[in-house]
Amino acid sequence: MKRFAALYTALDATTSTHDKLEALTTYFAAAAPEDAAWASYFLAGGKPRQSVPTRILREIACERAGLPAWLFEESYQAVGDLAETIAHILPPAQRISELGLTQWIEQRVLSLRGVEADELRTRLLGYWDELDWGGRFLLTKLIGGGFRVGVARQLVVRALAEVAGVDHKRIAQRMVGWTDSQQKPDAARYLRLIAPETVSTANGEVANGANAAEQGVLNDAASDSDLGLPYPFFLAHPLQAEPQTLGDTHHWQIEWKWDGIRAQLVKRAGRVWLWSRGEDLITARFPEVTALGDALPDGFVLDGEILAWEPDALAPLPFARLQPRIARKTLTKKILADSPATFLAYDLLEANGNDLRMTPLAERRAQLEALAVSLDGTLARDLLRVSPRVEAPDWATLARLREESRARGVEGLMLKERQSMYGVGRTKASGTWWKWKIDPYAVDAVLVYAQRGHGRRASLYTDFTFAVWDEADGVRTLVPFAKAYSGLTDEEMRQVDAIVRKTTIEKFGPVRSVTPTLVFEIGFEGIQASPRHKSGIAVRFPRMLRWRTDKRIEEADSLAMLKGFIDNRPA
Amino acid sequence: MPPNESLSTEDLIVARPDGLYCPPGDFYIDPWQPVDRAVITHAHSDHARWGHTHYLAAQPGAGVLLSRLPDIELQTAAYGERLDINGVTVSLHPAGHVLGSAQVRVEYHGRVWVASGDYKLDPDPTCAPFEPVRCHTFITESTFGLPIYRWEPPQTVFDSIDSWWRHNAAEGRASVLFCYSFGKAQHLLAGIDAAIGPIFCHGALDPINRAYIAAGVELPPVRLANEVAAKDKAAFKQALIVAPPSAQGSPWLKRFGDYSDAFASGWMRLRGARRRRGVDRGFVLSDHADWPGLHTAIRETGAERVIVTHGQVEPMVRWLREQGLEAGAFTTQYGDDALEEAAGAAEAVAPVTSDLP
Repeated sequence: MKRFAALYTALDATTSTHDKLEALTTYFAAAAPEDAAWASYFLAGGKPRQSVPTRILREIACERAGLPAWLFEESYQAVGDLAETIAHILPPAQRISELGLTQWIEQRVLSLRGVEADELRTRLLGYWDELDWGGRFLLTKLIGGGFRVGVARQLVVRALAEVAGVDHKRIAQRMVGWTDSQQKPDAARYLRLIAPETVSTANGEVANGANAAEQGVLNDAASDSDLGLPYPFFLAHPLQAEPQTLGDTHHWQIEWKWDGIRAQLVKRAGRVWLWSRGEDLITARFPEVTALGDALPDGFVLDGEILAWEPDALAPLPFARLQPRIARKTLTKKILADSPATFLAYDLLEANGNDLRMTPLAERRAQLEALAVSLDGTLARDLLRVSPRVEAPDWATLARLREESRARGVEGLMLKERQSMYGVGRTKASGTWWKWKIDPYAVDAVLVYAQRGHGRRASLYTDFTFAVWDEADGVRTLVPFAKAYSGLTDEEMRQVDAIVRKTTIEKFGPVRSVTPTLVFEIGFEGIQASPRHKSGIAVRFPRMLRWRTDKRIEEADSLAMLKGFIDNRPA
Repeated sequence: MPPNESLSTEDLIVARPDGLYCPPGDFYIDPWQPVDRAVITHAHSDHARWGHTHYLAAQPGAGVLLSRLPDIELQTAAYGERLDINGVTVSLHPAGHVLGSAQVRVEYHGRVWVASGDYKLDPDPTCAPFEPVRCHTFITESTFGLPIYRWEPPQTVFDSIDSWWRHNAAEGRASVLFCYSFGKAQHLLAGIDAAIGPIFCHGALDPINRAYIAAGVELPPVRLANEVAAKDKAAFKQALIVAPPSAQGSPWLKRFGDYSDAFASGWMRLRGARRRRGVDRGFVLSDHADWPGLHTAIRETGAERVIVTHGQVEPMVRWLREQGLEAGAFTTQYGDDALEEAAGAAEAVAPVTSDLP
């Protein structure tokens, strides 16, 4: 625990990739496999379930530090992070625990859930008292939920690859599903994760070593128990340049950008797995998609999008309609009927057991279409829908088509280099995919409330509530309609923070109401009528696009205009 | 509770729109508007301003004060020396904040008030240590007046700065350390292990370093970075470069080639502030008292009444009241040094509000 806490603190203390990688490799080179298993689980994004409610954590910490609740709250508002606040206020530890990470997790952290109040108190006070600052911060994060690490998964992969002496692409593939909460990390799984690659050559001999990968089909030593693993997802970059800079449209495979759940459908050895981009196994959530998998031949992996889509409808349903499929514990008939799901395939990553990722996209697409044709007359053909290509002679035409996105229920266009390989994550080395999204809805709104932020915005007033003018009763009043905190530069954040402090009218707990003086352009992705909100509307992904220093509050937009977005939307 | 401390005729120091004022002595302490007679606690720009007719400050701080405000009419007093100003006994006592920083002790008709200016209790080889002064009313700062602020012993911080510098030097990378140029920079220079490699500084630090050395403070040899030809990046590979926060992101840094950067400040205690800084490392080193330090200082004065001037005013006042003290607040314009230090990072930046519960 001491060593992992030190690693966690070191990763948190530096912004340098070089230093982070060094800290990671140093840790993994020395850690016992069972500890390395848990460490890599957490570093790759694995999250323990919250085992103690934050209210209880606060109470016990206040008691230990001898602080009244109001002062804890003041402190928390300045820090912007509960675990960090607790780590700061506790008195120095009595002794430092030498217990390993695995024991801490398996014997202490995981068994805290549901423990009765007195014992919980005793145990927590005891644990805190044998950890230094970094250990307390880590432990409190682990038990209070909200644990995250400031390290890219790719970096963890690189560190493990270096320690294991195995190609990083191979480690990346083995790590898919590594944080799946169904499986507990243990030494055996970790040893498989870092096991040397074995390769069977054409004549059936088995060779070991890093170079062997180039000689033939990979036959991974670690793969026996990892049969259902998907490939690491290849991700698109937002297009910021003008599309004309991308050259001839014929070099690009163009598709609609679907607003669903990115997923890989894996069919091997007669079994089917469905993985989300978050690398959760979601097979059981989408029986319609699993049915497609059942009907596919063995040794095929499809990349595509799960969408809510009524049979025979021309456009998909909004993303929100998929949510019950993920959120609800059991899929009732009603849920299945209310949010019908379909899988739209746009890439073929494995065919007949061969990894196609190093094959150009144009070829993979041809094979995907050929697969569909070959299935003619089978049930699979009816279930396999291929994301259509958008054909246009030039970018101007595409730009016009893109304008139809909202009516078509899509988010814009995807531009995929026809020669691109299927890379890992956001790599660009093997060809690029761009997402050319439609501009968000935008309105000019007035800042009316502010609250201090979290993380890098801690202690600055950076979480805002915005209002637009309601002219309903012949009087213009400001009606709050959205909260947003992202979109400003650090410098703008500081300036707005100073203005909020100077123009505060009243404080309600952590919230300040301010004299309305500031206008921001607020962007959002979707809008719905919502009787639960005072404004009567709810917007999706609101954020600040620009600080309109050129506008006075009187020039901000009206609620009527916002409502117009709903009315003008195609049904 | 009115916005400001009610103006009792008994009060030896009151808050006026132009500064803290001693009515019987007819002088100001760290005023922010030009006045006739100003007693200056220390030379930071939010406490020592232009435009007063007469200045009084502690003798060890004369050099730095004059380097910032040349040609002022300055009278100095040794620490502990008792002066009579219009029948009020005034003396200056070490505050441990920066070279020459002083608490102002004011005695009149048997009543004693002390205005702290800024202070810290941790040892600092570049200035005289904080001296607890018994008084009836103590006027305190509260820059870090929340229980989340607890400092490690300075030596622990210097050790981690040294190991960061040593690591960079071993990899042939320059180490650029940003810090407030008056006080913190000299505190750092005096505390680090100068044997690790050459030390350079930004031009902004040079006059202050000189003033420190002239006052007898021991600092390691420091060269100006600008003295090295801009193309000679190799000269900095093992070096520590100390620079003001304003140098961050400026083209001046290009001369160092590949470098690691860090920021030294009490604000670096919070991860959010550190992340906003966008430097490789944040070292928690402050010239202000932490939460336990503030309370030790307040307790040791024996004061039954405490007035808070700047920083975390509201929580400090409420906490002191809950501890049974008579506590209130003065609205001041102090805290700008913290502004520079934190670049807007935290509460000290805010105009101090006094809408107390």
